[in-house]
Amino acid sequence: MSVKIQIEDFDVGLELSKLRLASPSIGAIVSFVGQVRDVNDGDTINTLTLEHYPIMTEKALLVIESEAKMRWNIIDSLIIHRVGTLQPCDQIVLVAVSGAHRVEAFHACEFIMDYLKTSAPFWKKEATEHGERWVEAKLSDDAAKTRWLNQLK
Amino acid sequence: MNIKVLYFARIKEAVNYSTEDIDLPSDITTVTALKNYLSLRGDNWANLFNGKQVVRAAINHTLVDDLAAIKTGDEVAFFPPVTGG
Repeated sequence: MSVKIQIEDFDVGLELSKLRLASPSIGAIVSFVGQVRDVNDGDTINTLTLEHYPIMTEKALLVIESEAKMRWNIIDSLIIHRVGTLQPCDQIVLVAVSGAHRVEAFHACEFIMDYLKTSAPFWKKEATEHGERWVEAKLSDDAAKTRWLNQLK
Repeated sequence: MNIKVLYFARIKEAVNYSTEDIDLPSDITTVTALKNYLSLRGDNWANLFNGKQVVRAAINHTLVDDLAAIKTGDEVAFFPPVTGG
């Protein structure tokens, strides 16, 4: 399990290769990449700035990875999350999970992303054509997290 | 009782502080009591903690509710609901 918070971009191909080649018992890699969109709530987005709470962020993400590993039979996981000011089409986050089989890796990857959205201390501020604004937390993200609480797996 | 308090995102902007060391009176022992104590500083503080907006708290890098106890040496953080990913 590993967590990286960084300003610089990441190479998805390279990261997935490292995860894939770590063990011959891996049969599946599932990954999610989030990127900056050029429009939000009807306004053009010029830049997106991510702030975080160092130490707590790493701690929260490691807890999420541990929880995923307890729930599903996965081999390893990786979270890379960028901070600082990003442009549309820039990558924000990579979550990747390796496992023997795909189903458990799919579930674990989605679970990690849903928990990251609601539990890891990151905050987004958008610079739009009308000025700057903080992004509001979404109820749909809370709902996505809650559904995992109602099932054992 | 000495604690460190951190503020993030819109809350940092509202109070114009990112971090401070506070020597608290001995009867301030919970997150709720700390919020009430800080609210006495002025309107921008009172508006922040009047319950109309969600303000989350963490003690020593763990999310807590408002009943959580604060002890000397703790790092307390206030921030809005998270929006990463």
